[in-house]
Amino acid sequence: MDNFEYANPTTVKEALSLLTAGSEVLAGGTDLLSLMKDDVHKPKRLVNIKNIKALGGIAKSGNNIRIGATVTLDELASNPLVRAAYPSLVQAALGITSPQIRNMGTVAGDLCQRPRCWYFRSGNGLLNKSLVESGENKYHAIFGTGSAHFVSASSLGPALMALGATVKIAGADGKTKDVPVAQFFKAPNAEGEREIALAANEIVTDILVPSPATKNATYEVRHKQALDWPLATASVALRMSGTKVTSASITLGHVGPTPVRATEAEKMLVGQTITADSAEKAGAAAVAGAKPLSQNAYKVQLAKVAVKRALLTAAGVKAV
Amino acid sequence: MAEYKWPPMEKRRVMGKRIARLDGPMKSSGRAKYPSDMNRSDLLFGALLTSPHAHAKVKSIDLTAAKAIKGVTAIRVISGPGTEIQWAGTEVCAVSAVTEEIARDAVKAIKVDYEVLPHLVKEENLAKVGARAKAAGEQVTGDPDKAFADAEAKTSGDYGIPVITHCCLEPHGSVVAWGNDKIDFWPSTQAVSTVGGDLAKMLELPATQVHVDCQYMGGGFGAKFPADRWGAEAARLSKESGGRPVKMFLDRATELTIAGVRPSHFAKIKVAGKKDGTITGWQSESWATGGIGGGGMAPLPYVFTNIPNRRMNHTQVSLNTGPARAWRAPNHPQASFLTCSAITDFADTIGMDPLEVFLKNVAVSARPETYKKQLAKAAELIDWKKKYTHGAKKTGTLRRGLGIGIATWGGAGHASKCKLTIHPDGTVEVEIGSQDIGTATRTCITQVAAETLGLPMTAVKVKLGDNSYPPSGPSGGSTTIGGVSSSTRKAAVNALEKLFEKVAPSLGVAPDQLEADDSRVVAKGNPSKAMSWKQACQKIGPTPISEMGENEPRTAAREGLNTQGASGIQMAEVEVDIETGVVRIVEVVAVQDCGLVVNPKTAESQVAGALIMSVCSALMEERITDQTTGRVLNADMEFYKLAGLPDVGKLTVHMDITPEHDARGIIGLGEPCAIGGIAAIANAAANALGVRVPMVPLTPERVLAALANRRNA
Repeated sequence: MDNFEYANPTTVKEALSLLTAGSEVLAGGTDLLSLMKDDVHKPKRLVNIKNIKALGGIAKSGNNIRIGATVTLDELASNPLVRAAYPSLVQAALGITSPQIRNMGTVAGDLCQRPRCWYFRSGNGLLNKSLVESGENKYHAIFGTGSAHFVSASSLGPALMALGATVKIAGADGKTKDVPVAQFFKAPNAEGEREIALAANEIVTDILVPSPATKNATYEVRHKQALDWPLATASVALRMSGTKVTSASITLGHVGPTPVRATEAEKMLVGQTITADSAEKAGAAAVAGAKPLSQNAYKVQLAKVAVKRALLTAAGVKAV
Repeated sequence: MAEYKWPPMEKRRVMGKRIARLDGPMKSSGRAKYPSDMNRSDLLFGALLTSPHAHAKVKSIDLTAAKAIKGVTAIRVISGPGTEIQWAGTEVCAVSAVTEEIARDAVKAIKVDYEVLPHLVKEENLAKVGARAKAAGEQVTGDPDKAFADAEAKTSGDYGIPVITHCCLEPHGSVVAWGNDKIDFWPSTQAVSTVGGDLAKMLELPATQVHVDCQYMGGGFGAKFPADRWGAEAARLSKESGGRPVKMFLDRATELTIAGVRPSHFAKIKVAGKKDGTITGWQSESWATGGIGGGGMAPLPYVFTNIPNRRMNHTQVSLNTGPARAWRAPNHPQASFLTCSAITDFADTIGMDPLEVFLKNVAVSARPETYKKQLAKAAELIDWKKKYTHGAKKTGTLRRGLGIGIATWGGAGHASKCKLTIHPDGTVEVEIGSQDIGTATRTCITQVAAETLGLPMTAVKVKLGDNSYPPSGPSGGSTTIGGVSSSTRKAAVNALEKLFEKVAPSLGVAPDQLEADDSRVVAKGNPSKAMSWKQACQKIGPTPISEMGENEPRTAAREGLNTQGASGIQMAEVEVDIETGVVRIVEVVAVQDCGLVVNPKTAESQVAGALIMSVCSALMEERITDQTTGRVLNADMEFYKLAGLPDVGKLTVHMDITPEHDARGIIGLGEPCAIGGIAAIANAAANALGVRVPMVPLTPERVLAALANRRNA
């Protein structure tokens, strides 16, 4: 780890002014510090945003529930508003089975964390296509055709995407913009490009989750029960009319360089009742476009099962 | 001649009791200082530059930039130009500096030019290792060809267990200070009495010059016997830095890359037998690696050593990976996994309950009656008879299964000397150059001394972890408890004899008519002739009584204080999600004998720890190397997976404490309990799935692949 400067602003404006070239935002630090220790990131300055009060809190805001960027994963999972409306977010947060990380890690940090690809973390770059393809790729992507084989590490991203959430971003020019979560994640095409739509001089300030009632759930397949990265997750949000689905939103996690939306499966479910059979078929449709690497075909099965079980859980049917 | 034998079971007041480890509060509150906790104000920090290449020749090293960094006190070249590096992580240079950060910066500033050479870091596919394979010979007993030709039933299976690392929570390393006439050495070690001599030899100094102090150490598992290159380099850096102490501990990645591994073991195994379950033939073709030196054959067939007709072929595979070190029962967990898997598959094929097949075939083991009893006990504890069904009959998404693993071990006490001193004020101290590697050795020594002297635990002060105390063997081979208990017993008996000589005249009885009990010295059979321990010790005079006790392995068996030969049975119940391939532990049961048990509570704790290690190895642990870069990809504790509490399941430990076992004296425990668990868990998964997952750890991808292979078959 190289020496760095530490800044401790109390307003977003001040923080933005500090985010000059070579600076990075520090929130929970659960990812950033390990990147620095491994010499993957070498920031000249860390801008701590945890003392900016405006970035905290969870509250109703018009038709949305607003989640502050620095809300911790633990605060998120224990908030009554969130628990009542978004079990999928709670399940996604609790899938991070480390109280220490839930106590320190933040909601925006979860979205902005870097991939866990072991070639990337050992200094071989993010888009090391040939290393991954000829090497150890059992934890890598089964979706995506570009240069990127890493998987997005975000636990909350797929759930937020399925819920139709928006990320509010403040920029250096003082302007703010709303970016749908689906567009916040992107697959980089060149080394040095980021996997999120956030410039180095911008800060995520809020996450806005629409509150129209959906039945939603996240199902995560993890090797270990204790802290471990998911092998595949699925988050679903269903609008229902009686027992029939009027619209479905399905997002897969940890299977591609971004969360992966399963549009075919979503369409299939409209007008259907969620049963073991319809959920199974939706799962199969969700992975129809998967292109596994040499060692990760098993993740296709895991993603399929995750979709099935997330749908059944959302619909209140016993999943296993 | 003093009588050293253990007091009868029913008369023991301290030994055999469930006593919590004495240093538990020190450890759990952080007051116990491990070598890596040492932070003196004059401390320097050492760091290593290691090779990024798995196979390379060092061409040149440029230290200019590193030397120019302010705060660097010394730089040493370990692998100079011309050195052929055989695995990534090999130590190339060592640096000391006034802070850890400066030391690491200096390491980054060293420029090394390598000639990169071809490497091999994978051995799972034997067909791909080429010239790195070296046949290690064939062993034939009986007539295996005839046995297979005549067999009523035959099975054939592929099995594999990968290289794993020791993953010591406290990494390897030490603090060393090079003084004028002595070297102070604070290593994290399993070998207090021998590691100083090892360091002295590396430094070409007299052994008398090295003082070793290690009061606590954070895990060794067989990997922490030597002083190691990094210990010697820390000493030399200290010397070149004017004698200031240098702290050099491996970082996590280096720890997992070069500080020792358990060799892999793969085998194609064929079993022949009768339809009644009797095994008549065994053939195995195995291969293994423990790094550049290859890997020897595990003891196959394991426990069932006297299968009448056997043919074993083994191949050693040399890899450019970090070298093997002893890992808790070297080669036994692998052998148990391979053997018990093959026998379970034979049972499944002939449609017999594997418990019956194990019971039938322990006849060809060294201790049939013990195994029969232990199999019955373990089966009772896990409710085998009620729960067992053949794998082919399982239905549903979550399927449960049962499996068996078997273990054997030696465990006789090592050479150990102990000095016990009784002071005129009645206080007692025990000095012994042993170590407590987390197994409660301190506590057990205290129990033995207190038992022998008729005193409470609090009256005895045990001093260990220092090579100025009488020498005691390294903690390897499960030899410590037998060695230190025996030497302590003898020292205490000898000291007591001296005390009785002093006290006898006052009580008007012969010394050999006295005994120590309940903090008193009493005439045997005449409780009225007695005095308190304190009064008795006042008779000593000004000079304390100080006596030695020695455990000498060559004569120990005859004396009977310790002996060897431990057996164990472990059974597991698992639940497998057949849609995701995720395996969860329901319960693991261990039935274990280790002779006379000094402390059942800490013994059970040691077995529970071994079961947790077995869960890790069966479900998660695997060193993953990358053939392109030649490096370990998961040299961390993120993707080098270990169980957390929710993964462990229920652990049931039954120490086989019986008068028959007790009469055998003390036998080591650390290793025998760490052998059978992997086999039990792998067999339980095979039972749940109705198909063998050939290789552990049982990851979702391997479980799903095994199910897919069955569907496609």
